Amino acid sequence: MSILPLMLDGVSLRRDGRVLIDDVSLTIAAGPKTVILGPNGAGKSLLLRLCHGLIGPSAGRVRWSGPEAGSARRRQAMVFQKPVMLRRSVRANIAYGLRLHGHAAAVRAARIDRVLARTGLAALAERPAAVLSGGEQQRLALARAWALEPDVLFLDEPTANLDPGATGAVEAIVAEMHGGGAKIVMTTHDLAQARRLADEVVFLQRGRVAEHAPAADFFAAPASEAAAAFLAGRLFW
Amino acid sequence: MTDIPAAFLTALRLIVTLDPQLAGIVGRSLYVSLSAVVIAGAIGLPLGAAIAVYRFPGRRAAIVLLNGLMALPAVFIGLTVYLLVSRAGPLGFLGILFTPAAMILAQCLLITPIIAALSHQVLRALYESYREQLCSLGARPRQIVWTLLWDARFGLTTVVMAGFGRAVAEVGAAIIVGGNIDRVTRVMTTTIALETSKGNLSLALALGVVLVLVAVGVNALAALLSGATAPRG
Ligand SMILES: Nc1ncnc2c1ncn2[C@@H]1O[C@H](COP(=O)(O)OP(=O)(O)OP(=O)(O)O)[C@@H](O)[C@H]1O
Ligand SMILES: [Mg+2]
Repeated sequence: MSILPLMLDGVSLRRDGRVLIDDVSLTIAAGPKTVILGPNGAGKSLLLRLCHGLIGPSAGRVRWSGPEAGSARRRQAMVFQKPVMLRRSVRANIAYGLRLHGHAAAVRAARIDRVLARTGLAALAERPAAVLSGGEQQRLALARAWALEPDVLFLDEPTANLDPGATGAVEAIVAEMHGGGAKIVMTTHDLAQARRLADEVVFLQRGRVAEHAPAADFFAAPASEAAAAFLAGRLFW
Repeated sequence: MTDIPAAFLTALRLIVTLDPQLAGIVGRSLYVSLSAVVIAGAIGLPLGAAIAVYRFPGRRAAIVLLNGLMALPAVFIGLTVYLLVSRAGPLGFLGILFTPAAMILAQCLLITPIIAALSHQVLRALYESYREQLCSLGARPRQIVWTLLWDARFGLTTVVMAGFGRAVAEVGAAIIVGGNIDRVTRVMTTTIALETSKGNLSLALALGVVLVLVAVGVNALAALLSGATAPRG
């Protein structure tokens, strides 16, 4: 039972007279890890926000149409491109979301300890989150989302600030969550990472979906001109 | 003219010996203004947070109004409360005119807008940075309000102190609704006004010094609290 698939139907987003997301129709189904690729400013972060329900479209519809769509809010989580740290300790940052989701203290403590250990933050548990380094904050953001055990996890460039070791660890966690049944929807700039993680690719350019294809097909022979240029490092913005 | 240096010495003696009359007035002042700030904080802080979080028609007007109310003169509030609680007024049945309760009410009205407006300013920025994350975690507006109040608590102590400072230093409302009755509603500022006009400078000066000490002390305490316990960074 799932809240998926997520259907976007003619979704557009306009701000200040600019069209930022342009008539996107997309079905995000349960199963494959979906990677959203595209150059800077293509609209990847906005698309994730639209999917996650943080902003409403100017036109079109975003709809969870799985059998358990009614509980969609509680069953998805997002890791933002710029991590937002609550002015609390590392532990309290994770506990906050768990408390909102109504988990009992014992469950909270167990999950917090587990995700802290797995993201390498156990030694920092009592520190104020604000003093963590950029990479540590990004790992905390992942730990916070992970602790909620969402059915669908949106990740916006989750390894942008991480060193190679931490990047590997995050990719392993993402793979583990996926193995546990969670749907992964993530954006990345990193082509190598996209090749490692993606099962399917949504290629975005100037707010439009230029291509939506299985990863193997996409990387072997991109159907769109823009994607081919991007893969060859020739597409900028 | 009284001899000012002599008056100053007497003032110091009153303070150092904890003169009972002086102590009584200081205690009453603190009682009235602390009560006012507790009530005003209980109303003004959630109000400021709610205005930062909720979107409702007339929100901008409410913000402008609050900012305007910050500048209301104490004598005007005093007059208003006087009319409310005087025997013929709508709250006349309470019988609180010329009691500390009336002074607390007046100071409350004076500083609630200050606390609400300043806390709104503090919390608006925090809300901007938290909004998407909290929505993502499924927080409802009411929960967001409490989260903001808690996470900004160090910044908000300064806001509350500002309210207390205004309350303890105002004279217009206290004199109008309190009546400056000896041992009942006489507080620091009203005593200073009265004793100065009578030419009794030493008690006025002593109270002036205490008032300054209280103001500085409270702000030092606030700075210490937020400096010592606020998360760094
Ligand atoms: N609130 C907003 N108002 C106006 N324009 C916006 C707003 N948010 C984003 N934009 C614009 O929309 C476009 C897409 O932004 P978005 O953040 O989705 O890009 P992105 O694909 O995530 O880029 P990056 O790879 O740099 O993260 C950008 O040109 C950006 O300037
Ligand atoms: Mg982005």
